[in-house]
Amino acid sequence: MAGPFTSVYTFYRNGFKAMTVGRTLWKIILIKLIIMFAVLKLFFFPNYLKTNFQTDEQRADHVLEQLSRPAVPNR
Amino acid sequence: MMDVDISLVNWSRAQFALTAMYHWIFVPLTLGLSFLCAMFESIYVRTGNEKWKALTRFWMTLFGINFAIGVATGIILEFEFGTNWSNYSWMVGDIFGAPLAVEGIFAFFLEATFFAVMFFGWNRVSKGFHLFSTWMVAIGSNLSALWILVANAWMQYPVGMAFNPETARFEMENFWTVLFSPVAMSKFTHATSSGFVLAALFVVAISSWYLLKGRHVDMAKKSIIVASVFGLLGSIFVAFTGDEAAFENAQHQPMKLAAYEGLYKGENNAGLIALGVINSAKKPGDQQSPFFFELKFPGLLSLLANRRVGSFVPGINDLVYGNKEQKIMGVAEKMKIGQQAVADLALFKQARKEKNDVVAAEALSRFTANKHYLGYGYLMTPEQAVPPVSISFYSFHIMVVLGMFFPLLFIVYLYFTLKGNIGEQRWLLPIGVVSFFLGHVAGQAGWAVAEVGRQPWAIQGLLPVNVATTNIAVGHVQTTFFMFLGVFTLLLIAEIKIMMKQISIGPEGI
Repeated sequence: MAGPFTSVYTFYRNGFKAMTVGRTLWKIILIKLIIMFAVLKLFFFPNYLKTNFQTDEQRADHVLEQLSRPAVPNR
Repeated sequence: MMDVDISLVNWSRAQFALTAMYHWIFVPLTLGLSFLCAMFESIYVRTGNEKWKALTRFWMTLFGINFAIGVATGIILEFEFGTNWSNYSWMVGDIFGAPLAVEGIFAFFLEATFFAVMFFGWNRVSKGFHLFSTWMVAIGSNLSALWILVANAWMQYPVGMAFNPETARFEMENFWTVLFSPVAMSKFTHATSSGFVLAALFVVAISSWYLLKGRHVDMAKKSIIVASVFGLLGSIFVAFTGDEAAFENAQHQPMKLAAYEGLYKGENNAGLIALGVINSAKKPGDQQSPFFFELKFPGLLSLLANRRVGSFVPGINDLVYGNKEQKIMGVAEKMKIGQQAVADLALFKQARKEKNDVVAAEALSRFTANKHYLGYGYLMTPEQAVPPVSISFYSFHIMVVLGMFFPLLFIVYLYFTLKGNIGEQRWLLPIGVVSFFLGHVAGQAGWAVAEVGRQPWAIQGLLPVNVATTNIAVGHVQTTFFMFLGVFTLLLIAEIKIMMKQISIGPEGI
């Protein structure tokens, strides 16, 4: 008799094997995740504060500086 | 930070709006269709009728397509927080970062287990466990929308947290106040129940299309009955939660309420606009008429806003310029207090750097007294506190009109389906098909009311959007805006193509 882990593995394996439209959907999900994390996040969406400042203290200082500036007309 | 290029702020806002709007194409259908699938399957398990099983599997496939295409589109919003809204993100990161991460992990495990049983488990697990899994997916999907809506509600009504001027961060004072704030509760219930209505419209639309084509007639009628009951109950709930949302707006964001009603001059026994053409050239304080044409329900706005007949509802002019009689402080006065808070924040920071504890303590004391109007210190003119009135007004009224139309549609569908001649109503079925798209219009309009109507604030009264924005190159934001437009449009085309294919195949055996 198969153990619980084997049963779960078999359940998932058979499920994935029997997919029809699901195969296309998984391809779309994977392509989407690759575009999001390997392209967009990496090259276009760096975390501004993490990239430009080393410590939390510096980040806090930067934000406080932004917040401490009085209003001036928009350009 | 007010020297940020205004086009940068607008492009950052446009990008966030674009992402959120695309995200909201997929999300509400997931929220509602998951419950409909659970209901269909419950009927199958109770009756043992294989037709209900085939029907359930068909709608579950469409649910799966929508889920797969839409999944993770919301993560892009988090990317944008870190890049385009770094000041805002830093200020609230302590509060929302961890719960959103927990929610993500919760959703992942839920999906990895119950989703798998739902899609792979037919004939492999017991009927009861399969049904349990489907219900868990429905409940879990809806719960996973909770914290992001709580976060949004907090931005509209910031309670339960305190701003720490040492770290420039908001810190949690009372978790339960944040979670159970009336704005959070009305937002969560209103947003999720609008998803129920959209999903019911989706099922009605596709079933109507089958009836028009004379295909899968039995399945279409069965689906319409369940969807119409669910949609009708959902519509009633949406109306109640919408009423609560309007009441909360009146209490905590009166400018938003005044904007979406086009109310410039406050009045007792204020009427609710039923129909109107707004004068978009009208500015606060001028003598122009706010409407070219208007039709009102007398006294209804006072009742909606304050739950008291004849009560005073402040207009845009009262809120901008103040109204002594009604004890309403004007924006100019709030700006003075806010400017003092900004100056004291700067002084506190400088004194801390110079280790001058006496000056720092004095500055902190004044800042604490004035911090509730901090955001007003960044405004240039009192009129900047007014959101775009035309967009707010039309979005609100489109949402309300459609919100009244949907329950009527469900009632008519139920009447003819129970009478047994729904397939003969050739005038009604095309309306049913089109109504799904109207459901999307209503949902998007609802978010426009909530988000455009609260401008200029990222956090109500505390942080305007131009201070929340990161000062990066506008060209960068423009580039990524069009990249997202391309990626999301491709995803939408993929969803429509795959769905259309499955719909044309239809359910097996019925």
